[in-house]
Amino acid sequence: MDLGPYFLLATLEGLLMAAVLALTALGLSLVFGVMRVVNVAHGEFYMLGAVSAWWVASLVAQAGISSPAIAFAAALLVAPPIAGVVALAAERLILRRLDYRPEPTIVATIGLLYMIQQGVLTLFGPDARPVRAPFDLRLDLYWFGWSGYKLAVIVFAIVLIVVARWVLVNTRAGLIMRATEIDTEMARALGGIDTRRVYAGVFTLGAMLAALAAVLIVPIQQAHYLMGLDPLLLSFVVVIVGGLGSLRGTLVAALLIGLSDGIVSVFFAPTLAKILATLLVALVLVFRPQGLYGEAPR
Amino acid sequence: MRKRSDDHPADPSDTCAAADAVPVAGDASAPSPTRRRLLGGAAAAGALATLPLGAFRSGHLHGATDEPFRLGFQAHRTGIGATYGRWYERVANAAVTYVNESGGIGGRPVELVVEDDGTDPKRGAEVVEKFATLHDVELVFGPLFSNVVIASAARAGNLKLPYFVCSEGHHVASGLLNRWTVQPGITDVKSQVIAMAPWVSDNLGKKVTMIVPDYAFGYDHRDNFTAAMAARGGEVIEVIAIPPTETSFTKYLPRIPRRTEVVYHVMVGPAVLTFVKEMGEFFGRNRPEIFGFIDSLEGVDLANPGLESLVGSHFWEGMPRYAFGSEADTFYRGRIGVDDDGASVDDPADISTYGHMFSVWETLMVIRRGMQESGYTDKKDRRALIETVEGFETFEEGEEHPQGTKTFNGRTHQAFGRQFVTRLDETEGGTGTRLEVVHTTSIEDGLYEDEVDYTTRDF
Amino acid sequence: MSVVAPTGDAASTRGSRGVRLAVHAAVPVAIALLYPLLPDYHQGNVVRILLLAVYASGYNLLFGYTGLLSLGHALYLGAGLYGAGLGTTALGLDPLLAWLLGVALAATLALAVGALALRTTGVAFMIVTMMFAQAGYLSILHWNRFTGGDEGFVVPTVRRVAGFALDLGEPDVRLVIALVLYSLALGICYALVRGDVGRVWLALRDDEERVELLGHDPFRHKLLAFVVSGVLAGAAGGAYALLFGYVGATFATIQYSILALLWVLVGGAATVLGPLLGTALMFYLVDILSGYTAAWLFAVGAVLVALVLVAPRGVLGTLRHRFRWSWLP
Repeated sequence: MDLGPYFLLATLEGLLMAAVLALTALGLSLVFGVMRVVNVAHGEFYMLGAVSAWWVASLVAQAGISSPAIAFAAALLVAPPIAGVVALAAERLILRRLDYRPEPTIVATIGLLYMIQQGVLTLFGPDARPVRAPFDLRLDLYWFGWSGYKLAVIVFAIVLIVVARWVLVNTRAGLIMRATEIDTEMARALGGIDTRRVYAGVFTLGAMLAALAAVLIVPIQQAHYLMGLDPLLLSFVVVIVGGLGSLRGTLVAALLIGLSDGIVSVFFAPTLAKILATLLVALVLVFRPQGLYGEAPR
Repeated sequence: MRKRSDDHPADPSDTCAAADAVPVAGDASAPSPTRRRLLGGAAAAGALATLPLGAFRSGHLHGATDEPFRLGFQAHRTGIGATYGRWYERVANAAVTYVNESGGIGGRPVELVVEDDGTDPKRGAEVVEKFATLHDVELVFGPLFSNVVIASAARAGNLKLPYFVCSEGHHVASGLLNRWTVQPGITDVKSQVIAMAPWVSDNLGKKVTMIVPDYAFGYDHRDNFTAAMAARGGEVIEVIAIPPTETSFTKYLPRIPRRTEVVYHVMVGPAVLTFVKEMGEFFGRNRPEIFGFIDSLEGVDLANPGLESLVGSHFWEGMPRYAFGSEADTFYRGRIGVDDDGASVDDPADISTYGHMFSVWETLMVIRRGMQESGYTDKKDRRALIETVEGFETFEEGEEHPQGTKTFNGRTHQAFGRQFVTRLDETEGGTGTRLEVVHTTSIEDGLYEDEVDYTTRDF
Repeated sequence: MSVVAPTGDAASTRGSRGVRLAVHAAVPVAIALLYPLLPDYHQGNVVRILLLAVYASGYNLLFGYTGLLSLGHALYLGAGLYGAGLGTTALGLDPLLAWLLGVALAATLALAVGALALRTTGVAFMIVTMMFAQAGYLSILHWNRFTGGDEGFVVPTVRRVAGFALDLGEPDVRLVIALVLYSLALGICYALVRGDVGRVWLALRDDEERVELLGHDPFRHKLLAFVVSGVLAGAAGGAYALLFGYVGATFATIQYSILALLWVLVGGAATVLGPLLGTALMFYLVDILSGYTAAWLFAVGAVLVALVLVAPRGVLGTLRHRFRWSWLP
């Protein structure tokens, strides 16, 4: 393919990847940003969302409804709460008792990862399963075809980020979250904020956002019980490169990493491209450890 | 929730398996965990603290000649290979049932001891050692993934344990492994590929672009197909090696040169369906010929949306997923509980890894023949077992070898058999799709010169 | 991170110092004495656990004592593995030299990566180390002509050592090598932790500014921890390749980085013997549970959660805290 169209494709795929990264990292940006908690099971909530989406879709199909749009809508409504319930249970029974101390939380969330992963393997099976996109549309762009649904994902991502930002800035809940993030002690002492409830809420919300991202993304991938690892790692990279506590940073980092991944792959062999992209991220952090929009270390 | 299929085909001789009589540290009776088993496992974990280490079996009974032969089965129950592992274990159990029904091995029943290697090479080597020292099995068979096989075979060689792999990797016949490791149940990748090249060149096109995973399995395809195409007047004009665990492929598709006549694909992993869908979206109506290995779609339901673009394209199949009319195939399907569309009889949405899993069945049959013909009675006969197997030349098509007749090369420890080319057609009435056999290769099509002579190596 | 640090000199008398030393020296001795009593299978496991504990012990110096969470130590484990493996198969080196090559390779990589990564701290450090390790893993895959890529390659264990034919894979030989290596690692960790270096590390973990004010160079001390942990990882990896006969890319994946963290946390971070305990516990947890159910991973996860609720500082760490064993380094 000529370079021009190749670039176009790479850019489209890069935007898509940026959208996927942004959606996946959004939940972590909240959890990590507000609570500074390393949730190793974040990817598993994402996976739960995808797997639940498949389950809901198959239930809808079994009920005789053949419209993939309805199945998809049902998945959007049901899958995030499923992940939310699991997250809330984990938060109540485990994380709260550990007082969110960093090291025990890491062990606990690793244990949680194992449990969720194996639980899904047992109940869902080892096979990768597809979920139909709500609509089937192939965009004929002359040199190549592209999925119309992928375009929709990019739009979804933008909408979701805008909504998230609006909530953080304009609502009381958002204000409470930001206050807790900036200074937990102060928030509790001066604001009378019940930080424990905030933590529970944020953790659950983070899981639900991850699941929501997965429902949006799964029609272009598959639901598979091991699919949580990549989103976990990528989310952390995006959030940290973007700068902790900065939603804008998360977004910009997602954009940069997604686009560069697409474009670098035009010029280099795939694995080599990945090596270069990985080193690039490392070097960005080495020379700017606070990330793109984080506060500079004092 | 999706119903977990009962992986025991309804079989009156179930009770034959001696597995029930003797406690084993390995779950032989129900390969797929159910919720009940899950809770049982958690409860067992709680009771663990009270168990002394000596509770584990380390010796075996002496005496009685109808004491069962304990054979180790290394399964990818979890990890990236779980899709295959689940079916491999099912076939292994069915094969053991069949063997026990037809007299066992030399009159002694077979008992399967199963360990999960998690599709992890380190763990694979550990369970091989566990098989040899703790479970005290006669031999081990079963694993599929190359990296696990290589790590495990290294240990098996050191432990002087007969190790029958069901992996289709070229690592056995290449001389990389040891004299204790044998692959008698399935043809290796090199042979499959060179058998396909002539047909592809003659029927689909001379200019091929290959899309393969970026590791040894992919390179075996790349190297052997390139050479074989050149020998037939064709040419591989581009190779796109995709990193493993990649989940999105569209960005690589522009690398396919415009003058490509055939796109050759063999992808593995959970993302294969994405790959096929994206290929369809990318090309639309005017696509080049597509030739793929069924690996790209093992365990995947062809009725899935997004696969319409594959109609009319061709596949290599080790054993055709859709019943192709052979008596042996019909018999075998009945025993393992798979219907004529390659799905589980308990769940038509549960597609088997039909193209590869026959290797497990046939391997056990070779093991039986080897043990019987060598007069195997216990572990001192392990070496004799290998030497006897090295003398085998032919495995005839039939109940024991449903995939087809094979020749066995005792020097390279590798079996060779026929390969199938199938085409994805719409069924009459347009109700779905089906893979139809369009070409069957001969065994000779896949032969190549020996690269090793294990019989000259030490044990 | 609020682990109670051993208060060193204030509590140590000649007697308690002797007790400390004796307890630690006794561990390898106890293993050596216990070993012949074990069934064959467990003998093999002891060797594996010892080698992996060397890896974990090194990691503990950086994470437990210095407070730096690296998610990329599988890179050095892999460097040791490939150095020793390729040294044997490609360069024809004898086992000791091949192993030293692996250690040297790990040390060099640790020095290079450490110099860059230590410009960051906290979560950025986590990601940077992870990225370098990921690049290393992908490089192993990319240059597979030399490395064997994902499949890996076999390393012969029967070697000529000092004129004798020796099978390094033979059980008793393996044990001697593993025990010697672990004892060395134990000794190094103990000495460093009990010495001035260890005190600075602990101080760095708790309050870096104060360390600088007191005249120590934080960067050099952190780099020392980083390199020593990399060296120990490489030593473990090299030995693993030579004793078990296989080298493959799997050992360089992120899972193996996370395992080191897990083993240290379970056994007790900032305790010298914690890593050995953690490695052994996790090994047997997986081994025993996988014999009972295919869903063993769930059980392992449940046990981890239970463990962390009961012993949030890891087994030894919690014991030390609960019973005020400040003498346990």
